Amino acid sequence: MNGSFPRALLPGLAAIVLGVLFLALLLTFESQWSVGALLAGGAAVVFIASRAGLLSRAATSFDTHEPVMAGATILALLVLAAWFAEDHFPLLMLSTVLLMVTSCLGLTVQFGFAGMVNFAGAAFFGLGAYTAAVLVRYTHLPHLLSLPAGGLAAGILGSVLIWPMLRTKGHYSAVVTIAFAILFKTFLEVNDTLGGAQGMKIRNIVVFGWKPNQDIEIGSLELSHYLIYFLAALALAAVAFVFCRRLERSWIGLSMDAVRIDETAAACFGLDVRRWKIVAFTWGNVLAGMAGALYALMVGYVAPNNFTFGDSLILVSIVLLGGIGNVWGVMVAAALMILLPEKLQAIQEYRFLLYAVLVMLILLFRPQGLLPRPLRRYLPGGAGR
Amino acid sequence: MSGSLLKVAGVTRRFGGLTALDGLDLDVGAGEILGLIGPNGSGKTTFFNVITGVFPPNAGSIHFGGHDITGFAPPAIYRAGIARTFQRSRLCLELSVLDNILIGNQLRLTRGFIFNLLRRRRFADQYRAFRAEAVDLLATFDPPLARRIEEPVAGMPMILRRRIEICRALISRPRLLLLDEPSAGMTHDETRHLMDDILEVRRRLGGELAIIIIEHEMGVIERITDRCAVLNFGQKICEGSYRAVAADPLVQQAYLGVE
Repeated sequence: MNGSFPRALLPGLAAIVLGVLFLALLLTFESQWSVGALLAGGAAVVFIASRAGLLSRAATSFDTHEPVMAGATILALLVLAAWFAEDHFPLLMLSTVLLMVTSCLGLTVQFGFAGMVNFAGAAFFGLGAYTAAVLVRYTHLPHLLSLPAGGLAAGILGSVLIWPMLRTKGHYSAVVTIAFAILFKTFLEVNDTLGGAQGMKIRNIVVFGWKPNQDIEIGSLELSHYLIYFLAALALAAVAFVFCRRLERSWIGLSMDAVRIDETAAACFGLDVRRWKIVAFTWGNVLAGMAGALYALMVGYVAPNNFTFGDSLILVSIVLLGGIGNVWGVMVAAALMILLPEKLQAIQEYRFLLYAVLVMLILLFRPQGLLPRPLRRYLPGGAGR
Repeated sequence: MSGSLLKVAGVTRRFGGLTALDGLDLDVGAGEILGLIGPNGSGKTTFFNVITGVFPPNAGSIHFGGHDITGFAPPAIYRAGIARTFQRSRLCLELSVLDNILIGNQLRLTRGFIFNLLRRRRFADQYRAFRAEAVDLLATFDPPLARRIEEPVAGMPMILRRRIEICRALISRPRLLLLDEPSAGMTHDETRHLMDDILEVRRRLGGELAIIIIEHEMGVIERITDRCAVLNFGQKICEGSYRAVAADPLVQQAYLGVE
């Protein structure tokens, strides 16, 4: 590096700045025409950059200087949040995206690494959310504890579901998860203690004597209370990211890959296939459950309709779109899949139709996703080569 | 040969109405190279699958190094010291050469979460040590391939894949190596080189490694095996030196073909 600013960083930093700028404009624009024009402009920029070879240079920056790029991404998101500090809606959207990123990182461990398709992602997300809601409403536990409790509940229920899944193979184990997703929502709808179809409100959240669901007044400045949740969601997503990255770049990630690609061969080389599947499934659900718990506290409200089978499909589509097993791809895909329908009211009604078409197009023309997963590198920054 | 390393007695394996292995007895001594021959469908690959625990036997017993391993699951059998290659190469194509070889090193990889996620320095040390070992092993087969260890296996020709597969099996330092038709998909010369390399590595490991090889290339069998067993319809019809086996009228009728 010679103490000077490494030029290899530039394409990556430019990509981050442009990406965040795109997010800022997308969240600011109101009229459908300007949103449409922004999307067209964004697509054109990506297309031209990829033709000019700039995209692959950006990818190289991310590959060789990952810690710097991750830090720059966090910084850029913080700037973005500061820009929107007084507006509820953009912060709520950004926080939701980050929580979806965390859930999808969980799916990445399950599906991308160990090869277990989970069509109940939203159910485990919802399980975390309901756990948090029940704890806040009915117990005197410190409210902050509902976050790990949500993760724990999802992990534990997941480890019950894993038994029928291990007895089946491939598509059949995916069917087990579909059944669970539908069962979960139906159970919530008929359970009156949990509020039935109406769901329940969570009020008066207190963390260390301080109420995060009230707006913050500093002098004449009135900051949105979502700012706190944005920071919490960002921290959670960052932890999940580091967790997934280190997992991938370790013997655990290698073992999960081996199990995904060829179970029989893996078993013949001493891998305990069941053990790695249980490990992957449990940790993936813990991530989804924690994200769900934070979501419940943020919106102050849980209802069965927020955690449907359709929502699980969206999570799976995000992983497919981003590139199965690619932790950076998940972020890009989550932002697109969550924000576009919110901003383009024209497509909101047809959201699921469009998702379905999108998934089919990906599987047909780019099965490796927007950002294909690169070969494993155990040590960052090219050390050990 | 003082006592046998692998002792298979009366092993039977059925698939529905088909008896793929029928009361098979077979012994392999430490450091011995045994050729397993027989027509297609005679139960050779099933025999490997039964030994490695992929299909447990319906009857009979398998002892390895004096321990009963009958009915053990594949990971336990691998830990006991038996490694194999597959008839149709079963590498992880989207992973790198290094990843594929290290998958065979499960016995020595530290698998705890704390070590893998939080002790990254110590992980890096272990990684460098095993990587160097994999490069060394691969270099005995193919020095140019050892320099391409970070590349994906997909797109590599069959001869390279076979070498990688054999390294994956050898890096765990097994006591018994099962080779399932290593010449499949390769030319005569390539097969010859591969066999020479295997014998060379075996010499370096002290000659203690026993090998069972399934092969249709009689030249390979004649050159490298100490002893041969012939299967037909799941039964052993003959056993002895290649010369004796090849001269046996039953074998000629079943396999080599008669006028």
